[in-house]
Amino acid sequence: MAQTTNGKTDNILLDVKGLKKYFPIQKGLLRRTVGYVKAVDDVSLYVREGETLGLVGESGCGKTTASRCIIRLYEPTAGQVLFKSKALSANGQPKMVNLLELTREEMTKVREEIAMIFQDPINSLNPRMTVADIIAEPMVIHGKYEKGKSEELIIQLLERVGLRPDHLRRYPHEFSGGQRQRIGIARALALNPRLVLCDEPVSALDVSIQAQTLNLLQDLQEEFNLSYLFVAHDLSVVQHISDRVAVMYVGKVAEMASAEELYANPLHPYTEALLSAVPKPDPLYKSERIIMQGDVADPSNPPSGCYFHPRCRYAVDLCKQKAPEFRELKPDHWVACHRAEELKLQGI
Amino acid sequence: MAVATAPSSVSLVKKKELGQSYWDLVWYRFKKNRLGVLGAVLLFVLYFSFVVIPEFLAPYALENRSRYVEAPPTPIQFLDEEGRFQAPFVYGLERRVDQVKRLRTWVPDTTKKYPVALFAQGDEYMLLGLIPMNVHLFGLQTSDKDARIFLLGADALGRDYLSRILYGGRLSLMIGLLGQFLTLALGVTLGVISGYYGGPVDMFVQRFTEFLAAFPNIPLFMALSAAIPAFWSPITVYFMLTIILAFLGWGGLARQVRGLVLSLREREYALAAKSFGASDRRIMFRHLLPGTMSHVIVIATLSIPGMILAETALSWLGLGLRPPLTSWGTLLQDAATVRAIRFTPWLLWVVPPILLTILTYNMLGDGLRDALDPYSGRG
Amino acid sequence: MSTIPATQLTTAPQDTRRTLIEVRDLKVEFNIRGGVVKAVDGLTLDIKCGQTVGIIGESGCGKSVTARAILRMVPKPGKITGGQILYYRVPRQKKLAGSNEVEVIELTKLDPDGEVIRQIRGGEIAMIFQEPMSSLTPVYTAGTHIHEAVSLHRLLPLKTVGDQMVERITQYRKVTREEAREIAVQMLRRVGIPKPEQRVDSYPHQLSGGQRQRVMIAIALSTEPDMLIADEPTTALDVSIEAQILDIMRELQQTANMAIMFITHNLGVIASMADEIVVMYMGKQVERAKVVDLFYNPKHPYTKALLQSVPKLGPKTGQRLASIEGMVPDPLHLPTGCVFHPRCPAFIAGKCDRHVPNWVQVGDNHWVRCLLYEE
Repeated sequence: MAQTTNGKTDNILLDVKGLKKYFPIQKGLLRRTVGYVKAVDDVSLYVREGETLGLVGESGCGKTTASRCIIRLYEPTAGQVLFKSKALSANGQPKMVNLLELTREEMTKVREEIAMIFQDPINSLNPRMTVADIIAEPMVIHGKYEKGKSEELIIQLLERVGLRPDHLRRYPHEFSGGQRQRIGIARALALNPRLVLCDEPVSALDVSIQAQTLNLLQDLQEEFNLSYLFVAHDLSVVQHISDRVAVMYVGKVAEMASAEELYANPLHPYTEALLSAVPKPDPLYKSERIIMQGDVADPSNPPSGCYFHPRCRYAVDLCKQKAPEFRELKPDHWVACHRAEELKLQGI
Repeated sequence: MAVATAPSSVSLVKKKELGQSYWDLVWYRFKKNRLGVLGAVLLFVLYFSFVVIPEFLAPYALENRSRYVEAPPTPIQFLDEEGRFQAPFVYGLERRVDQVKRLRTWVPDTTKKYPVALFAQGDEYMLLGLIPMNVHLFGLQTSDKDARIFLLGADALGRDYLSRILYGGRLSLMIGLLGQFLTLALGVTLGVISGYYGGPVDMFVQRFTEFLAAFPNIPLFMALSAAIPAFWSPITVYFMLTIILAFLGWGGLARQVRGLVLSLREREYALAAKSFGASDRRIMFRHLLPGTMSHVIVIATLSIPGMILAETALSWLGLGLRPPLTSWGTLLQDAATVRAIRFTPWLLWVVPPILLTILTYNMLGDGLRDALDPYSGRG
Repeated sequence: MSTIPATQLTTAPQDTRRTLIEVRDLKVEFNIRGGVVKAVDGLTLDIKCGQTVGIIGESGCGKSVTARAILRMVPKPGKITGGQILYYRVPRQKKLAGSNEVEVIELTKLDPDGEVIRQIRGGEIAMIFQEPMSSLTPVYTAGTHIHEAVSLHRLLPLKTVGDQMVERITQYRKVTREEAREIAVQMLRRVGIPKPEQRVDSYPHQLSGGQRQRVMIAIALSTEPDMLIADEPTTALDVSIEAQILDIMRELQQTANMAIMFITHNLGVIASMADEIVVMYMGKQVERAKVVDLFYNPKHPYTKALLQSVPKLGPKTGQRLASIEGMVPDPLHLPTGCVFHPRCPAFIAGKCDRHVPNWVQVGDNHWVRCLLYEE
C-alpha cells in the first residue's frame, strides 16, 4: 500500500490507495457473472499540488479506467481515493476526504475541483451545442451561471486557450482537431479546478498541434496552479510534461518515480523494455532494442504471480508464483518487482 | 491564433457556412433534394387544404343531403346545345329508371342550366372555427335550392362526395400527427431511459416492447375497440383510437432510440457532462436526446403514413371511427362493396388522396434522412 | 514436409537496385462541394527495389492519397488530374522463367478496374492499412484471407522431366487449397505468430491487435510482392507491438528485396525504417532527402519545425517545445505563394506570399521546395 513517508504528505492533493475496478463478465439469459475483467487491479499513486503525474501504459492496461474511477465515472470495486477538498471543508482549510465514501451531493461539489480533458476532440464535445454552451455547461450544472458575468469569463477562457471571441456561437464541427481540444481545455477550466485529469489529451492530434497543446497545458498549469494526472501512452510526451511518472501494466502500477529518475534509472524490466521499444526520431541512434515477446496479458485471465513474467527476460520461478509488492525502494521511487534490487537495468 | 486565410480567396460558400448551426446545415442539404422539397410542399398543401380550409374548398357542408341519391359526377359544360362557347355551367339532373338494368339513374336535364362560379355563396360555416363565412371556392350561382354540382358524384344519401373527401381528410391526417406525437413522447422517453440506465430497467422495457410486438394486432384492436363503451361520443372514440394506435406503435421507436442512446452514452461528451456533475436527467435529455433527434424525426416522418393507413384500415374494418364521423377510412368503408364498385365507382375517389399523402410523406422522409446527417459528407 | 519453396522469386537473377516506381509530377484533385481540393500537387519521387521510402506529414497532407494513387484506388470524388506513375514491371510469368525483361507500365493510364491493375494490386504491389480490425473481413479466418490472396496472385511451376532427364518448367498453375493453407501457415510463422497451425483457423476477433496486423502483413507478403505500401501500419498499435512489427518488416524486406513505401506521421518510426524520406505539407512535397540528411541537416523550415516539435526521450531539458504556430490551412483556400508561409518562422514578406517556390536540388539527392534556397 502506498503511503508516503518522509514528511511529504502535507502537499499531497490526490492519494489513491489500492484502487480496484473489476468489470463483471456476464453470460446467458440470467446474466450470471462468470468472471471479472480486472481492468484496474490494485493501483496506488499520489499527485502533489501543482505537479504533473504522468500515467503511462499500453492500451488496455487500465490507465483510462483508473482515471475515470478517481472521479467516480465508474464506481470502483475497492480502494480509497483521498482528495484534499476545499469545497467540502467548513472552515476554508482544505481537508482530506475519501471520494468513494461521499454522497451524491457531496461528490457533485467535489466535481467543481476536479475536471477532465478527454482524448477524442471530436467525441468529447456535444455536436449540437455551440462553443459558448459547451463551456458554460459546467457552470450551469453547478448553478454558477450568471448572465453577463459568466459570458465575460467564457470569453476570457476562450482567449486564454487561443481562440477568438467570435468563435463563441459556432459549433464543434467547424473547428480543427487542435482547436476542439482547446475548447475542451477551456471547458475543463470553467469551474476553476485544482486537479485536472487529462486522458490522452494530445494523442489524437498532429505533431505540430500536439506541441502547441502541450505548451498550452504547461502555461495553464503555472498560471492557475493546476495539478495534472496526465494519462498517455506516448512515453516521450509523458516525459516532457510530467514531474513524476507512473507506469502501468495490466491493471497494476509497475513503477512510479520522478521523470528523470524513471527514464534514467528504471527499476522495473517492463519500464526498461518500454523505453527501448520507443522509436527514436534519430536515424543514427543505435542501441540494443529489447523486443518484448508476445502480447499484453488478458486482464480477464491474467497470468499467475507477476503479470509481466511471461514477457520478462529476467523472470525467475518466484515471479511465476508470487505477485510482487509495490514498495518504495529508493526515496520517492516505487516499484513492483521481486528482483528490482539486483537487476542493473538500462535507461535512456 | 493566426488562421491562414487570404481574404480574397474566401468564397461565398465558405462564408455562408461559417457559424451555421446543425439545423442550418440540415436545411442546406434538404433544399438540394428536389423530391424531398416537393414532398414537403405537397404535404403542406395537403394539410392546408384538408385540415385548415376544407370548408372553403368544399362546395357543400358535410351533412348537406339532397334527393340526388348516388348521382354520378356532373361534368362542367362549356358549350351549349348549339355548340357555342359559354361561361361554365352544369345541367340539372333528372331521374330516370333504366328498364334494362332495372336501375335508378340520373341523366342531365338540358332544360336547366346552372352557371358555375368561383367564390360562390353557399352553406354557412366557421372558418378555422372562428370566422363565420358562407363563401366557397366554387359553387352554383342560382337561387334554385335543388341545384347541385357533384364533381365527384354523390353518395347514398345524396351528399357531395368531393366535400366528404375534403372533410374526411381532416380526421385522417390529424390522427396520423396526433398518434405520432403520442408515439414519439412514449417511445423516446422510454427508449432514452432504457438505453441510459440499462440493466433491469432496460430488461423490463425491452421485454414489454417485445410483448407488444409479438401480440397479434387485429385481435388486440378488436378487443380494445370492443372495450370502448358504445355510448361514448364519436369524438371520444376518435381520441381513444389515437391513443390505441400510439400505444401499439411506440415499441419500435423505443428500441431504435435505445440503440442510439446505447452508442451515444459511450461518447466522451456524455462522460464529460457526467464528470462535471450533471444529473442523469440532464445527461439524458440535454446531451443524449438531441443526438437521437435526427433519427427520430426520420422514423416519425416515415411512420406517419403507417398511422394513417392503420386508421383507414381499422375504420374500414368497422373497428375504428364510426359514422357520423367522416374520415377516409369510413369513406372507404362505403366504397368497399361489390355493388359500390359496380354501380358507384366514383366512391373510389377517396383512394388517390390517401396514396398521395403516403407518397408525399415518404418523399419527405427520404429527403430528411439524407439531410439530417450533414456531417456524413464532410471529410 | 513443405513442398513449396519459401521464396521462389529470389532465385531469379535480379538487378537489386533497379527503379521500380517512378512518380512524375503527380496531381490528384478532389472535386467537392465548395471547390477543388488539391490533395496531391506535383509529387515527384522514385522507389527502387529493396529501398524504403518514407512519406511523412500531418493528417490531410496527401500522403495516403499518394499511396492510393499508385494502386489506382483514389476514393470517389478524387481524380488523378496530371502527371505520370511509371511502373517498371517484370511480369510474373517471365520472372518465373528467369527472364529479367522490364516492361514499363504507365499506371496512370490504366483502367482502374481493369485486368492489369488487378494483377498488380495485391499481387505485385501490396498494401497494408492502419486499422487492422476493419481491414480483415470478420467472417473469414486468417487462413482464408491468405488463401484468397494466394489463389489470385501466386503461380506454381508445373515440372516436366525432359529428354535429358532434367526438370524443366513448362507451365504454371494456380495453387490448390491444400497448398494455399500450407503457404498460409508458413507466412504466419514468418511474421512471428505463435502456433501458426492453430492460428490459421482463427477469426479476426480471436486475434489481438498486434496479431491482426501481422496477419495483414502475412496476407500482403504471401503473394511475394515487389513493393509494399504500408499506410500507418503501426499507428494503432502499442509501442512494444510496434517494435515487433517494424522488426518483421525490416527482416522480410531484406530477404525478399522488396521496396517499401512507408507512410506515417511518427518521426521516430520513420527514422528507424526509411532510407529516403519525403516530407509533405498540404499536398506538396516540401523536402526529400536521405534519412540522415533529413534528420541532421533539414533544409525546409517546415521540416525543421516538425523535427523540433516532437518531445524526445532522454535527459529532461525542461524547455518548452518549439511549436509551429497556427493551424493547418483550409485545403479549399490555400494561402498564396508558398502554402507554408503563414506559419513559417523564416517568412519573407513580399516574397513567400507572392511566389510559388520551385523544386530545387540543394545537395546530393536532397531536394527542397523553398524560396530560401532559390537564387
